Amino acid sequence: MIRVVLPHHLQTLAGCDREVTVNVEGVITQRTVLDALEARYPMLRGTVREHVTMKRRPRVRFFADGEDVSHDSPDAKLPPAIAAGEQPFMIVGAVAGG
Amino acid sequence: MTAIRVLVGTRKGAFILTSDGKRNKWSVDGPHFAGWEIYHVKGSPIDPDRLFASQTSSWFGQIIQRSDDGGRTWSQPGSDGKTEEAAAAGMPQGESNMFVYDTSEKTGKPLTTHQWYDGTQHPWEFARVWHLEPSLDDPDTCYAGVEDAALFRTTDGGVTWRELAGLRGHESGPNWSPGAGGMCLHTIVLDPDDKDRIFCAISAAGAFRSDDRGETWKPINQGLHSDFIPDPTAEVGHCVHRIAIHPTNPNTLFMQKHWDVMRSDDAGDTWREVSGNLPSDFGFPIAVHSHEPDTIYVVPILSDSLHYPPDGKLRVYRSRSGGEDWEALANGLPQEHCYVNVLRDAMAVDTASPCGIYFGTTGGQVYASNDDGDNWEAIVRDLPAVLSVEVQTIS
Repeated sequence: MIRVVLPHHLQTLAGCDREVTVNVEGVITQRTVLDALEARYPMLRGTVREHVTMKRRPRVRFFADGEDVSHDSPDAKLPPAIAAGEQPFMIVGAVAGG
Repeated sequence: MTAIRVLVGTRKGAFILTSDGKRNKWSVDGPHFAGWEIYHVKGSPIDPDRLFASQTSSWFGQIIQRSDDGGRTWSQPGSDGKTEEAAAAGMPQGESNMFVYDTSEKTGKPLTTHQWYDGTQHPWEFARVWHLEPSLDDPDTCYAGVEDAALFRTTDGGVTWRELAGLRGHESGPNWSPGAGGMCLHTIVLDPDDKDRIFCAISAAGAFRSDDRGETWKPINQGLHSDFIPDPTAEVGHCVHRIAIHPTNPNTLFMQKHWDVMRSDDAGDTWREVSGNLPSDFGFPIAVHSHEPDTIYVVPILSDSLHYPPDGKLRVYRSRSGGEDWEALANGLPQEHCYVNVLRDAMAVDTASPCGIYFGTTGGQVYASNDDGDNWEAIVRDLPAVLSVEVQTIS
């Protein structure tokens, strides 16, 4: 089980808690985690990644095991703590304004 | 028994205000979609329980919501709020949020560029849905005006949206530029007498008309004058803020432009200024009385730099002669220290008698008049900044 933490707006959109879990088979990457998240919560399609390009939206950031992995390849392996379910993969809305 | 439902979009959610036909006592329901910007909520004229809402965020993109019970419950069309079980059963997955410019060879137009603030060319990029206009005859059909300017249409209740690319692909597109709020298609007017005819307005491009249900378009800006463009009478480049018609007289259009209140009596082919004795002819909304086709309302704002009313007094101005002669309506509105704005989609009329007029402010007040505008009262005072106001008169 992969743990994923969602920002407030996406919690209300998906009707879920701050932290959800998804099943991911194979290599644990941003892409496979987000694919699983969107399969479980179809209403989140287009909110974290652009619909067509599947690129991360500019004001969304990804943190994993204390590191900012927003600019890593979506196909790079996430840290072992994420794959082991010890730490959540965090989807964060960028801070803008006061 | 008549009921009134006021649909309010704000910077931090949607609110639904309801009253009986007397329009004296109101209940306030909301926020729906708390925390999200709700640019517009509008109901189908033939199925008033069907509402469409544009829920948007600079962070998380565009969401379309639909209600089939007058706003009590909402879902994303096709997703129904369900999760992977629904997806596995073949439910559509998020297509209702997809607004993709149509560049296909058969029906689309190539993605070009438009003018940026500094005069350079800038790529067309989808940002959000500003305005939703449900069809006059089919509850599953709705038009969406978006930023960067383009017109989309759904014919399946909002599950999927297809661009009518003839407008974005108009040859004048490279000369369109964004207004302060972005390059938005913010006004869609459907002609009740001619199902083939649609009017749109874009900031800052101008007004456009289609006579073939949105497939092809022509600019209708003759008579507009804008000092902020190199050629003040150019075919496009005008910052039109809002267009309104009366359903019994759809060849007459009223326009609040960046500056100037304008009128056309030939479906937009030519325009003349009717600002008359207004204290300022800058403003955003314009509305037409529901029973008097020549009675119109505007809210003068001091200027494009000073987005607040003259003298710190919030006054609606009414003309009973289709423009030129205007009277101030101030009873019940704040007449000192008032520095709010009223945005382009934030004024609407009901069809009860006397006519009810409603508008929302950037200060979070929603004001209503149940007597043609003679007297006003705040339905609610402390909402987030109001982006849009629509009214349904329900029998």
